[in-house]
Amino acid sequence: MTLAAEIDNETSPEKLLAPVLSAFWDEEKSWTLETYRRHEGYEGLRKALAMAPDDLIAYVKDSGLRGRGGAGFPTGMKWQFIPQGDGKPHYLVVNADESEPGTCKDIPLLFANPHSLIEGIVIACYAIRSSHAFIYLRGEVVPVLRRLHEAVREAKEAGFLGENILGSGLDLELTVHAGAGAYICGEETALLDSLEGRRGQPRLRPPFPAVAGLYACPTVVNNVESIASVPAILNRGKEWFKSMGSEKSPGFTLYSLSGHVTSPGQYEAPLGITLRQLLDMSGGMRAGHRLKFWTPGGSSTPMFTDEHLDVPLDYEGVGAAGSMLGTKALQCFDETTCVVRAVTRWTEFYAHESCGKCTPCREGTYWLVQLLRDIEAGKGVMSDLDKLNDIADNINGKSFCALGDGAASPIFSSLKYFREEYEQHITGKGCPFDPAKSTLWADRPAAHSEVNA
Amino acid sequence: MTTTPQQGTGVSLGMPQLPAPDYPADVRARLDADAKEVIARYPDSRSALLPLLHLVQSEEGHVTRTGMAFCAEVLGLTTAEVTAVATFYTMYRRKPSGDYQVGVCTNTLCAVMGGDAIFESLQEHLGVGNEGTTEDGKVTLEHIECNAACDFAPVVMVNWEFFDNQTPETAKRLVDDLRAGVQVEPTRGAPLCTYKETARILAGFPDERAGAVEASGGAGPASLIGLRLAKGDLPQPRVVHPRTGGPQDEAPAEHLSSHDAPQETSASDPAHPAGPTAEEGE
Repeated sequence: MTLAAEIDNETSPEKLLAPVLSAFWDEEKSWTLETYRRHEGYEGLRKALAMAPDDLIAYVKDSGLRGRGGAGFPTGMKWQFIPQGDGKPHYLVVNADESEPGTCKDIPLLFANPHSLIEGIVIACYAIRSSHAFIYLRGEVVPVLRRLHEAVREAKEAGFLGENILGSGLDLELTVHAGAGAYICGEETALLDSLEGRRGQPRLRPPFPAVAGLYACPTVVNNVESIASVPAILNRGKEWFKSMGSEKSPGFTLYSLSGHVTSPGQYEAPLGITLRQLLDMSGGMRAGHRLKFWTPGGSSTPMFTDEHLDVPLDYEGVGAAGSMLGTKALQCFDETTCVVRAVTRWTEFYAHESCGKCTPCREGTYWLVQLLRDIEAGKGVMSDLDKLNDIADNINGKSFCALGDGAASPIFSSLKYFREEYEQHITGKGCPFDPAKSTLWADRPAAHSEVNA
Repeated sequence: MTTTPQQGTGVSLGMPQLPAPDYPADVRARLDADAKEVIARYPDSRSALLPLLHLVQSEEGHVTRTGMAFCAEVLGLTTAEVTAVATFYTMYRRKPSGDYQVGVCTNTLCAVMGGDAIFESLQEHLGVGNEGTTEDGKVTLEHIECNAACDFAPVVMVNWEFFDNQTPETAKRLVDDLRAGVQVEPTRGAPLCTYKETARILAGFPDERAGAVEASGGAGPASLIGLRLAKGDLPQPRVVHPRTGGPQDEAPAEHLSSHDAPQETSASDPAHPAGPTAEEGE
């Protein structure tokens, strides 16, 4: 694949990208309240507080905003499920446990613009009648934790948190909670158990969190980007939001490009952009190399190849092509990368992170790792490939939570597109790839004393 | 957790341990005050357990039996309940470790981009394996999972601050500086403090150091790529190369083609042969 370098109107980045959340990340001190307010920060909140809570829920629902954490569930509908007048406290919990391999959107967002999340939280809490919200941030990102602590302090001081916010009668306390290292806590019910001070293991549903969530009270669990997108919708209007993306997948979102590309980074664009468009505008794959495989939304979404460069990256488009939009983590690997090595490492990750609650995932991921390590080391036999498929099939859809399905995805999809490469490892009794060629520094001029092929 | 304390080469008789010793009175008084503040953040006290485990880690550098007994006591839990939680999460250390935890991401994307080579060269350079600590007690090396910075790969975290776009050479210089006591500044994050001080921030006590919040500035270069393109700041896409802003380095002299064999990750560490399922009970 060669990616055209010329830029015409259809591929100009000015037309294709739509920075909203990232619009002022390049300003000095972008994370402060002052910068945020200079960019109409907390204006969406004023408009929200002028509405009745039920109207606000309906408005967000009408905007078509869908969850940005992977599943794509309509955000407004989640809010609507909270029973009102039940006499119980309601909670909003923001899932900032971003840990899906490849996913790197919420962390830069919170590092550069934490107030967009806080404003969204206040709006959501007004809508669902909650007076206590939590941000469950993965613990391994201390620079982000610092800025969240500071942003909450600033917001409180300015009267956007605390009692009687902007004279609306809304009281809201916001607790920033640092996790302690567990991928499974990104699963919403495991997250709730963890936030209650327990091992992070998923709960049986129903009851869903909307009915019995945190402390068995009605709870909304939303991804960072979903909540952070709400203020702009309120401020600029749902019609503006719906003018981007498609009918079923409206709006803007953050795409995270990583791997063997010329310009890895964050690209905020309307839903439905393609990987080809993103690569065309940003310099393509690294010089002299071709795209081999990529994930549309993290390691748990079935991988794609260069056949899928024109798949519209929205919920329907990616689904129709046999994968999932997930977190829009576009990890791109070139022809130097061994797919067996990549899948083995992901599978080791799932085995390590399996919480142990259910047997298919706990045992299945363990045995997948054993088989894959053997194949990668040249000790596999042909029947191992069917066995891999078989074990993955016994995990997929039969596990307690989506972690198990996620573990099966790279197995199924890599066998589908790259079975020959697995066979090569078996017949050739080893890996035909040189990992040194895949590194960031492989093609640097002074890279090798020996001649580069 | 129910074996007798190791006494030389003695055989464990499976006897329960004696209760953990208490904190000295002054330490206890200080931790009590902190714990009260943490508990007050939550409608239900048990929610304070994760931050309190970070808090006791900030006292001793790892989660000790004394620390777990303290958490149990202030929350009205059993030590078994606290232990069950402390052993579930990877950020709680269960043995004394270094002032600086150097974590090399070896999840697929970082590994392929060079994380495996970095991890291997650091093991060789420091003479320690995964989760090993240097003799001077300064550096604990470990491999970590995806840390949400894939556009900055390969990534190394030190005390959970970001060191982006690393190479074996930059990583070796980094650990040398840490061991020499040179003040090290991350690509994204604040000038490094010790692991104990970091644990206190994780317990929910804001970093009080002047300039810590604004240190390293706004978004990193990769985070700004899309925005710059959208603004027309980067009109020539072929010359876009964010990595030129990252740490510069010559590549490793040796050709690391031996890497293709499965790496010595924690899960393949011969000392822990049962893999992931055994890690809970270590």
